[in-house]
Amino acid sequence: MKRLLLFTPLILAVVLGVVLFAGIGKDPNKLESALIGKPVPQFLLTDLHDESRELTRQVFEGQMSLLNVWGTWCPACRDEHGDLVWLAEEKGVRIVGLNYKDNRDDALVWLDRLGDPYQVSVYDPRGSLGFDLGVYGAPETYVIDAEGIVRYRHVGVINEKVWEQDIKPIVDRFREKN
Amino acid sequence: MWRPVFAWLLLITIAPMSAADARDVYGFDTQAQEQRFQTLISELRCPKCQNQNIADSNAPISKDMRDEVYRMMSDGASNEEIVGALVDRFGEFVRYKPEVDSRTILLWATPAIVVLGGLMVVAGIVIRSRRAGQDESPLTDEERARASRMLDGDDSSRT
Repeated sequence: MKRLLLFTPLILAVVLGVVLFAGIGKDPNKLESALIGKPVPQFLLTDLHDESRELTRQVFEGQMSLLNVWGTWCPACRDEHGDLVWLAEEKGVRIVGLNYKDNRDDALVWLDRLGDPYQVSVYDPRGSLGFDLGVYGAPETYVIDAEGIVRYRHVGVINEKVWEQDIKPIVDRFREKN
Repeated sequence: MWRPVFAWLLLITIAPMSAADARDVYGFDTQAQEQRFQTLISELRCPKCQNQNIADSNAPISKDMRDEVYRMMSDGASNEEIVGALVDRFGEFVRYKPEVDSRTILLWATPAIVVLGGLMVVAGIVIRSRRAGQDESPLTDEERARASRMLDGDDSSRT
């Protein structure tokens, strides 16, 4: 018994080592969304392309979509834009754009020049939907299933690797379910 | 020689400014309300900058969160409702003071457990050493007689 007690520090060190090692490589800046498994919040905003057209959360109903939060003020959004166009055109992914805290004219020029991967573009100049979604830094991309339930959130740039490793498996899983 | 003094002066004049202008944006009827607002925003964590509360952070998201706290306070929401509304959006992460529930009970209880464990170890050591003190058998009569003979210098048993 006494001899076993001598091993206590070793055991403690191993346990602590395992716990701390598990934390290595995890990016503390990436938080899981609080909305996973919950419906997209209610909103009433206009279409980026058409001021008189009002959009609600019904834009997500009926089919699986990605919701991409972006703004012309966001350099990383510029970085991922080409990959979004690729996703929309090559992979046939339905992407809904949320133009976040931006200026309508600037946003339209951007889409004109760089290509428009969005089937629907929601214009959120004051960031109200973004706030309700818990957006804390663009770009962010949400996987939203055909019933309008948030399934996944990716914070940061989307590229081919992120699509293949993180997003596609979730899209496939919830697409099958429906 | 004057440079450090100047730098220091600059520091003490600039440092309080960020806190002051954050306060000036919002109007309150009473001192108590302002105090409540300050307490609330100092207990909410900025999701973007992570190691700052939303009172100190200049990130746009912190400004939005302060605005929401102010708006809800003006609408007469309770502290729990305000914090709850932000947790629903940004997750449990934004609480600097997590709620006590089945998931966080270990977090809250760890200090007590560690102190209790320490006390038990100390108590164990004290009890053990006391018991050892009692068990230590004093010299038998024969040994004592031999010891005094040794001290006196005529130890017959020594060869």
